[in-house]
Amino acid sequence: MIEGIRRVNPEAWHTLREILTKLGLSVRKILPETIAIITAFLIGAIALLITGYPPVEAYSAMISGAFGDVFGIGQTLTQATPIIFTALAFLFAFKSGLFNIGAEGQLLVGAFASALIGISFNNLPVYIHLPLALLAGALAGGFWGFIPAVLKVKLGAHEVITTMMLSYVASNLTSYMVNYPFKAPGWVPQTIVVAPSAELPRILQPTQLSASIIIAVALAWFTDYMLKKTTLGYEVRAVGLNPSAAESSGISVKKGMILALVISGAIAGLGGAGEVLGVHRRFIEGFSPGYGWDGLAVALIGRLHPVGVVFAAILFGALRSGGMVMTRATGVPLDIINMLQALVVILIAAPKLIRYLLKRGGFKW
Amino acid sequence: MVELIDVINIGLFAAALRMATPIALTSLGGIFSERAGIINIGLEGMMLTGAFTGVMVSYFSGNPWLGVLAAMLVGALLGLLHALLTIKFSGDHIVSGTGINIFAMGFTAYMSQVIWGSRGASVSVRGLQTVSIPLLKDIPIIGDILGSHTPLVYMTLILTVLSYIVLFKTPVGLRIRAVGEHPSAADTAGINVFQIKYLCVMVSGMLAGLGGAFLSLGHLNLFAWGMSGGRGFIALAAMILGRWMPFGAFGASLLFGFSDALQMRLQALGLLPPQIILMIPYILTIAVLAGVVRKAIPPSDYKPYVRE
Repeated sequence: MIEGIRRVNPEAWHTLREILTKLGLSVRKILPETIAIITAFLIGAIALLITGYPPVEAYSAMISGAFGDVFGIGQTLTQATPIIFTALAFLFAFKSGLFNIGAEGQLLVGAFASALIGISFNNLPVYIHLPLALLAGALAGGFWGFIPAVLKVKLGAHEVITTMMLSYVASNLTSYMVNYPFKAPGWVPQTIVVAPSAELPRILQPTQLSASIIIAVALAWFTDYMLKKTTLGYEVRAVGLNPSAAESSGISVKKGMILALVISGAIAGLGGAGEVLGVHRRFIEGFSPGYGWDGLAVALIGRLHPVGVVFAAILFGALRSGGMVMTRATGVPLDIINMLQALVVILIAAPKLIRYLLKRGGFKW
Repeated sequence: MVELIDVINIGLFAAALRMATPIALTSLGGIFSERAGIINIGLEGMMLTGAFTGVMVSYFSGNPWLGVLAAMLVGALLGLLHALLTIKFSGDHIVSGTGINIFAMGFTAYMSQVIWGSRGASVSVRGLQTVSIPLLKDIPIIGDILGSHTPLVYMTLILTVLSYIVLFKTPVGLRIRAVGEHPSAADTAGINVFQIKYLCVMVSGMLAGLGGAFLSLGHLNLFAWGMSGGRGFIALAAMILGRWMPFGAFGASLLFGFSDALQMRLQALGLLPPQIILMIPYILTIAVLAGVVRKAIPPSDYKPYVRE
């Protein structure tokens, strides 16, 4: 992968290496993740071969599509943006010991809420309309996180099942909204376009890259700050690390969990709002190819650290944007991307597995 | 209103039993895994892969029963993967299970396109035939509900009883429960903790694969994208509602099967938009979890067992 970048675009390679060095990330430090990604790609190559597709052509089309030119890089970053949000959402809940696997649903309700505000007002000034629409997204997502949080804390319902079920509810609910009450004229289930005053500006024409990525990166930094430097972050982490110790030192575990899931949902909802206001300018049914799941994988590859998440999200954005180019060029079904992603999750799920593989391969680490 | 009353008839109960079958099989799988101390969120993916494998093998061989066997085998293999990740490499149960779920989504959609050239649905294949039970089918009402189904529906009833017997009336069951409840004590007593755990997670995957095969071969006779539709998670809810007991889980599965059957009939009626009706099973699952789980105590603390 990294070799590929070097070959296709030497300049991008140098910049990447410089950025990595500045962040104190040597290749050695990210070895397990690198091994996981390479292994996933190797298994993917075997799958491509067996099913009659040329892996080298497919992967090169993917890499050059994702990083080959400015347009490709723009699309990669566009795809990375919602993944940064959903990964931060997973990460934030995880820090309090909760598994929010329903980021997809929170993203969807957030996206729809922002579209609703976007289409409802026509003569608001930008500085009111846009923040209002973004806020609506965050609130809706937060509410979608609040439900499983309360069910968990008050009634003991496991959040893995409830967040997942709520994802299905969200996908049906938003689908209903754009097929019935808020359907734009025409065949496509979508809302009408949002008012220009609610649009997030595009920052790299002609790609769809929008200012949402600035919000995403700022949010990554802020999440890091919040977790490390604020009382709230401290409480959330304390609840995750040792609930009984947290409780006995006066931190309310229940409050910590509710806050963590609400903030987690709000982050995912804001990501959905960014997609609607920045990329599509309307809510289109099925606009998310599974950003919620991407987020989970990215949070794990980014080692549950906000900065790591941004880089891992760019990698997954590249998979999505390059994947589309690959599908057009070689006809490989796009779902290979989800397989690669799942393989990375599976390989990272068990850190001992990578260590085991490295040992078997004769690596010292 | 007349139409609405028409929905509730004997056919609905027969459909409820049919829709309960995949959930019940999968929740039995959940019980085996969790009784041995491993959370299996991957049931959803194992079910989906089972549904796909069943159709694929029936498509190539023309024999749906080979498809059912293959689905069980693939389910067991995914179970083995989950077991390796969580037991041998002490990975997080939920992360591993989620990885399996994402993989199943990607794998089945990818292979659908490779084999049938369509992401949405496969072609129709030979499915399982229904059989009528003599005598039983002639009893009024009961005969209409129970009398004529695919053999897998009856197998599910048998497997439920069998699971109860295995788990609670045999030495193996005692070992399984000991491993889940107190692994170190079980180890001291000479039980091979790891062997039992591997076995249970594989059985769990096998049952989920079987449930998936029923979903595709027992009713629609084709594979459709994402056709498990959260039933793996609903099966986990059924397991919790049934307090990790086979009969309880079966009863709970009947409830979810009923909501599924009702949902399908209401859709056919067209009174409400399909999206609203489709939410029913998911909302019911959340409501059930919220309503009962406080009193439900898991049979294990699910911590990875490390020999000292």
